[in-house]
Amino acid sequence: MAFIQFLLKPKNELEYGGRKAAVQSDENEPVQTCPNCHKEIPLSLLYANASVCPCGHHFRMKARQRIRFLTDEGSFVEQDAQIVSKDALHFPGYEGKLGSARSISGEPEAVICGTASFQGQRCCVFFMESSFMMASMGSAVGEKITRLFEQATQLRLPVVGFTVSGGARMQEGLLSLMQMVKTSAAVRRHSDAGLFYCAVLTDPTTGGVTASFAMEADVILAEPDALIGFAGPRVIEQTTRKKLPNRFQKAEFLLEHGFVDAIVPRGQLSARLGGLLKLHDPDRKGWCDWHEGHEGV
Amino acid sequence: MKGTKAYDRVRLARANGRPTSLDYISHLFTDFTELHGDRYFADDAAVVGGVGWLREQPVTVIGIEKGRSAKERAQRNFGAPNPEGYRKALRLMKQAEKFGRPVVCFVDTSGAYCGIGAEERGQGRAIADNLNEMMALRVPVVSVLIGEGGSGGALALAAADRVWMLENAVYSVISPEGCASILWKDAARAAEAAESLCLTAEDALRLGVAEQIIPEKDIGKSVFYRQLQAALYHELAQLCRLPEDVLLAQRYERFRRIGRWDEEA
Repeated sequence: MAFIQFLLKPKNELEYGGRKAAVQSDENEPVQTCPNCHKEIPLSLLYANASVCPCGHHFRMKARQRIRFLTDEGSFVEQDAQIVSKDALHFPGYEGKLGSARSISGEPEAVICGTASFQGQRCCVFFMESSFMMASMGSAVGEKITRLFEQATQLRLPVVGFTVSGGARMQEGLLSLMQMVKTSAAVRRHSDAGLFYCAVLTDPTTGGVTASFAMEADVILAEPDALIGFAGPRVIEQTTRKKLPNRFQKAEFLLEHGFVDAIVPRGQLSARLGGLLKLHDPDRKGWCDWHEGHEGV
Repeated sequence: MKGTKAYDRVRLARANGRPTSLDYISHLFTDFTELHGDRYFADDAAVVGGVGWLREQPVTVIGIEKGRSAKERAQRNFGAPNPEGYRKALRLMKQAEKFGRPVVCFVDTSGAYCGIGAEERGQGRAIADNLNEMMALRVPVVSVLIGEGGSGGALALAAADRVWMLENAVYSVISPEGCASILWKDAARAAEAAESLCLTAEDALRLGVAEQIIPEKDIGKSVFYRQLQAALYHELAQLCRLPEDVLLAQRYERFRRIGRWDEEA
């Protein structure tokens, strides 16, 4: 079965409808080994291909790279970058961890928020950054996401969010747990205002983020192979002492069980998001207006 | 009990023999009628729910039940709900909303169950749904943490207008053992983790996560239940007097202000 799936997979990003890029690779270039096809891929090729291996394997992608690759060129305007985590509970080692997370990720916080457009459709956006403490949700992440939804509600804009997360940030104790409710409340108000929210779940989306705003979208998309779940697979294995089924908690597993709407390869995401946003444009004339204008046609 | 070490609180919160949700239900409410099933998949024995009377007023009551005997504990999955437990709770909350009666929740769980079936049936989605729907529920909800408040699995019944904690109840983003094994690869350092996680009732009060601490001096005695019943009755009477939009706005604000961060110029 796995073999058949392999054959059915598009062979490269261009078949996915991705952006073409002329890539010159030389032999001394650094490479990355694909965990799926085990081939060595030159980093420049990987980068030009939105971190998708020619075999179709989706590598994790930095939030900034994602913004560059997916949003309309020059459309992204960042906001709330001044909101950053602090060690409010004096948790051992947290201060140091925040420091190293900032230098490793090059980001001040685990989520980047702002406005952007996809194929000309303006929306509020958030991109979570896995290299910042596995994009765990502390107070700052919760506050930024909440403000984004509040602003989107006020401006009557849809929201598109890219999730990746290890869950709530335990170094912030109960404060981080409560961010699940805080963000959910803001998502709910946005939804009650009749506005559209699309989440794109990327590898891995787990814990408190899955159990809050990731699963509350009107349309939930997932990247191929993404691990999505509440409890992590290792915890489940240890708790139940059972062997986990093949492809357990992978995007395909969630699709099969009815928890995501579609699996969309990275190269097709911009087009899919643009299409969905256009379909849900809050300012477009409704069926009734159209009908009145076209009576007798 | 101020000054008791955090991990001792964890032990007390988990202790067998501590009153469970069913004890509270039988002592605080009259004519409790249990209602079963989530209407999608199953009836989760880890979550008990139904309708009853708080003095002369009808209420919906939902509790996570760990079970009292060894046999009952196993049958109730040790109080670790599956998605169908959260969906049953949500069904009963929506029913309460329809009939205009408030909801009282009793929370006592080590966490939402970590299992293959739980993931297949969308544990994350079930919890998210409860948080989302509770933020829009048009009747008051008071949640009482009576023992363990284990992370998202507890939160799914505690996105409420008021959260009360028993003196020795704990409320935490992760179990101290889980935290210690992730951070220090050593579950034996759970006591240390418990201190750092700020999981006691006093911590929750200080952080704005809980409104009230219920003393345990007379826990299990009739005076204890009588006082708790009076407190719940008065709180719900106050909350029920609020116009719906005020109730919902206050609930939003209650969670909106939680969190600490830096804002750099």
